[in-house]
Amino acid sequence: MTSLPKTAPAKKLGLVIDLDICVGCHACAVNCKEWNTGGKMAPLTDLEPYGGKPDGVWFNRIHTFETENEAGTSRTVHFPKSCLHCDDAPCVTVCPTGASYKREEDGIVLVNEDICIGCKLCSWACPYGAREFDENEGVMKKCTLCVDKIYNENLPEESRVPACVSTCPTGARSFGDLNDPDSDVSKLSAARGGFALMPEQGTNPVNRYLPPRPKKTGPTSPDDKAPRMLTHVEANDDKAGLLASWVDKILSA
Amino acid sequence: MHPANSVIFFTTATGAGYGLFVWLAVLALMGILPQEQAFSFTALLIGFGLIVGGLLSSTFHLGHPERAWRALSQWRSSWLSREGVMAILTFIPLSLFAVNWLFLKQTTGAVVLFAVLGAIMSLITVFTTSMIYASLKTIPAWHNVWTKAGYLVLCLMSGAILTMALCYGFGLTDQGYHLFLPAVSTLGLALIAKLLYWRHIHAGKPTSTAESATGLGNFGKVSLAGSPHGEDNYLLKEMGFKIARKHARKIRIIASIFAFALPLILIGIGMHMLGGMHRTAAIIVAALSCAIGLVFERWLFFAEAKHVVTLYYGESKV
Repeated sequence: MTSLPKTAPAKKLGLVIDLDICVGCHACAVNCKEWNTGGKMAPLTDLEPYGGKPDGVWFNRIHTFETENEAGTSRTVHFPKSCLHCDDAPCVTVCPTGASYKREEDGIVLVNEDICIGCKLCSWACPYGAREFDENEGVMKKCTLCVDKIYNENLPEESRVPACVSTCPTGARSFGDLNDPDSDVSKLSAARGGFALMPEQGTNPVNRYLPPRPKKTGPTSPDDKAPRMLTHVEANDDKAGLLASWVDKILSA
Repeated sequence: MHPANSVIFFTTATGAGYGLFVWLAVLALMGILPQEQAFSFTALLIGFGLIVGGLLSSTFHLGHPERAWRALSQWRSSWLSREGVMAILTFIPLSLFAVNWLFLKQTTGAVVLFAVLGAIMSLITVFTTSMIYASLKTIPAWHNVWTKAGYLVLCLMSGAILTMALCYGFGLTDQGYHLFLPAVSTLGLALIAKLLYWRHIHAGKPTSTAESATGLGNFGKVSLAGSPHGEDNYLLKEMGFKIARKHARKIRIIASIFAFALPLILIGIGMHMLGGMHRTAAIIVAALSCAIGLVFERWLFFAEAKHVVTLYYGESKV
């Protein structure tokens, strides 16, 4: 059934992506590919991976934008983009077969590959480019929010987050229930002015982006600079073994 | 948008096929549906050929054509599904019309009813086709009333010229003459609809911008500094088609000349200055020219349309 759930999902699982922290390292995209090429939507086909024009299916892609205001001040913003698991997902309602659906329990938008006819209309309906056609399999693929990881009881609890979240070295990605105002992600989004992408498209995305923090203006004081040298800390031998402490004592003498 | 040959053929062929049935219904309503079996056989062959061929070709671009039947299930929400359901339902009155006309040689009575029912459902089917495109908010060039108007009037136009050419081809000058006014007026209307469409899509205010796509408008003008990947991906191949925009003006002129101007002139000359075989030849050439022009028009309809996802790949407004 490709109509959207009649009752709004109780949970709206999604991501909060901090554009202030992201350094554009592409680690989230790589780990996404790594997990999902063996996950529910497997494989994430590559075309000509070692050829002249490598191409393939990715659920997460990292763009880099530059902004420039009238004063000539510019900033570079790294911008990861994956499925936003929209409340009013147009990719779901356009699907003629019912392959594309939004889960009632947690709002995740998924594709049933067994009945997808590969008409590509969902990729036309999505404003964000979240859906990619797999030429080899003849079906549409998309981010599953790692549905096969976040509920996987064989994994330690702290690992039950999407691959992109667990791998981000800067902590720019957070995962949680954006329908619950008391969840960490909702609080984070509220505190930092989280926004939706292309609200004018009427898709009501669940994912939120946090804007880069404003640049510091005005005169700088020497305290603003990073310390020239870290303060030297004496080796703490409290926890060192008896032998090591003895050797240390002898050699230091 | 990438212009897939199968979809261009699908939309133009089914449009002309359904249009043919609409004008046959008009002839039936006027009580001048030709009785000649050679004509009914050829008209039905061409009509069904265009519709069935078009529908089949639309399944060629599917990743899994063997699952196409599944597309009939989601008519509650999907215009593509509605189009499939309507196309199949429309075969019922069209087939009844065909049997009554071709085999039972009826030209009055039940055949008229089936013809009219078939014509109405044909137009609804063409409307559902147009809605597949017009319902996509992500493609402002399609998400407007001129898309729907264009599909409907181009269906009537190509159908009128095709029916007229067939009538003259079979020496049915009376019926052919009655289609003179419909052909000329739909040609004029179609030209106006397309001119308004082109004006609309080029003057229209942008729906989305790089600023709204990234939410970074507060920081100033947004431009792409680094693409996620070096080579074109699926999104760019399917939705970032750029060739047409470079030649859009030229293709628009070619489409206007072949689809509208030349047929108008040829029909005008044929009906006023020529007679007999020459008139027939002029009208058949007009129909062929129209077909060529429509392929250009449809190619441009796809190729010229910008998708908002390109805002993430360097476009500043769509």
